[in-house]
Amino acid sequence: MTIWLDGDSRILVQGMTGSEGTKHTRRMVASGAQVVAGVTPGKGGQDVDGIPVFGDVREAMIATGANVSVVFVPPRFAQAAVEEAVDAEIPLCVVITEGIPVHDTAKFFQYAVNAGTTRIIGPNCPGIISPGVSNAGIIPADITGPGPIGLVSKSGTLTYQMMYELNDIGFSTCVGIGGDPIIGTTHIDCLAAFEADPATEAIVMIGEIGGDAEERAAAFIADNVTKPVVGYVAGFTAPEGKTMGHAGAIVSGSSGTAAAKKDALESVGVRVGQTPSEAARLMRAILRG
Amino acid sequence: MDLYEYQAKHLFDAHGVPVTAGEVCTTPEAAAEAARKIGSAVVVKAQVKTGGRGKAGGVKLAANPDEAKARAQDILGLDIKGHEVRRVLVTEATDIAEEYYVSFLLDRANRCFLAMASVEGGVDIEEVAATRPEALALVRIDAIDGVDAQTAARIVDEAGFPAHIRDQVTAVLVRLWRVLVEEDATLVEVNPLVLSGNGTVLALDGKVTIDDNAHYRHASHADLVDREASDPIELRAKEFDLNYVKLDGEVGIIGNGAGLVMSTLDVVAYAGEEFGGVRPANFLDIGGGASAEVMANGLDIVLGDPGVRAVFVNVFGGITSCDAVANGIVQAVGALAERGTPVSKPIVCRIDGNNAVEGRRILTEFNHPLVEMVETMDDAARRVAQLAGGAA
Repeated sequence: MTIWLDGDSRILVQGMTGSEGTKHTRRMVASGAQVVAGVTPGKGGQDVDGIPVFGDVREAMIATGANVSVVFVPPRFAQAAVEEAVDAEIPLCVVITEGIPVHDTAKFFQYAVNAGTTRIIGPNCPGIISPGVSNAGIIPADITGPGPIGLVSKSGTLTYQMMYELNDIGFSTCVGIGGDPIIGTTHIDCLAAFEADPATEAIVMIGEIGGDAEERAAAFIADNVTKPVVGYVAGFTAPEGKTMGHAGAIVSGSSGTAAAKKDALESVGVRVGQTPSEAARLMRAILRG
Repeated sequence: MDLYEYQAKHLFDAHGVPVTAGEVCTTPEAAAEAARKIGSAVVVKAQVKTGGRGKAGGVKLAANPDEAKARAQDILGLDIKGHEVRRVLVTEATDIAEEYYVSFLLDRANRCFLAMASVEGGVDIEEVAATRPEALALVRIDAIDGVDAQTAARIVDEAGFPAHIRDQVTAVLVRLWRVLVEEDATLVEVNPLVLSGNGTVLALDGKVTIDDNAHYRHASHADLVDREASDPIELRAKEFDLNYVKLDGEVGIIGNGAGLVMSTLDVVAYAGEEFGGVRPANFLDIGGGASAEVMANGLDIVLGDPGVRAVFVNVFGGITSCDAVANGIVQAVGALAERGTPVSKPIVCRIDGNNAVEGRRILTEFNHPLVEMVETMDDAARRVAQLAGGAA
């Protein structure tokens, strides 16, 4: 078992005919994911490596049975693309696009909440992978194989780093939830799903400075998570008032510091590594005894 | 991007939020001239992107142009929490009857917007929120519905504004919401919003944060970028389109992916404790592609920082394969020599992930005396900290 992405996942790619869309479609296909359709407005009837391209999401879903969308369209078209996927009632919409204005994200997120039919992951995220099963996004599929660890992270490369550190054990599902101030799927959503997933035995949670998502996740863990959780938080040395790459990664005043997040997680029994390698060692000790 | 008060007030004015007349000045003489034009008592206000200006002596009343000149003289050049005052706003002094607080902001936790309003303004609002939460009205704003007159009136009522100014404050809130939406801001705050002696509601201060992701649809926002206040190395990095933040340590950092680079800063700082407390000198995320050209620009920027004694290149090849990264480093070192700025400080590389074996082979073969390779991130951090600490 995995969360949200399994052997029945049939992926459509919004923006498949663009250069990023084409490149990552090929990677997803090579990793064994079932990519069944592309969607680019005005380019219905074309194909990418034999995968049919449709003019809109609903049409693609009806024709191919697609149930996951991966969005690669540029920022200025992203809101319309996601709302189109929501209108088509696709169950999962993974938004890879980086640089979407947060007002647009706030609107399409609210739009999806109102519709109640679509889970959004991202934006500005690497996507979701259930190793050996399916892959929706840009996470390299050859870092690790399947196994009992669930991983949730805001950051792409830290996700890869952690998958690599623990590739001797393997992962059920890895979710890159994205570094923007508003994201469709949170740490808490992933923790709840991993807790409910019989194939996941332990969870790695990677956080970073900014906001209070890690603190809220800690409160959630205290009340709802029985599986062991190992944490890592990036940004202890980040100065106040400087955005560290992700639009959401900023310490303002006393809020959003890495130290506060580490304390919150440790206070509910999460073992927090000081470096990614130490977090990996903690996880290995839990699973290997 | 945070705006200065005077920039925030320009936006307020453009969207019909009432503000006092004022002029931004960089010299005492200009401040006197501005006061003369205004023709009444003025307030001279330091323009810095930090709070607590008043307590730091950055806000002064002046009865006439001569006094305005003297006060501007006092304030210009002041250091307020590490921010040097380069400009003052000279604005009409207002006879204040009441002080309130209003703001709209992005609510990350609830993934919507939030209105905050209080009839107890002019003070530190975080203090009010902590000690008397009942005095601060919080109203969730739906991102799609926004703020119309009806929602604004609800905010006004929940905050308990007096009936005789209800309509004025409602109108101000609708217009402030327009500032937030039409300027793609993530924060619009007025503290204080005042009721003047003659019964008008005015924004006496303003704080606006603009979403950098939305610059593409606001050509005018380019003018708001504060070039002189930015670090010169940061400005140069911006020209190369690099995601660079200047810090004050000795170890230059180059990595791919914001999270991994943040993590690298931490690991270097921990390792540095052993070597005289060396710290990271910068944050630099060269992103997913990490082409030779981007790597060369990155190395150029980082090596150009006189504080840097050693550089740590920490790349995890996810999509990019490590042989491309290694070739990027080799070509970057060559390109810098051609530019006449050859590498003169040690570079410690840790490359891992996709095709790491080939990447390491390329760097081993390159065999440059200043470029060395270490297998793990933790060991590489130790090595670079040792090199930076040893050169002290």
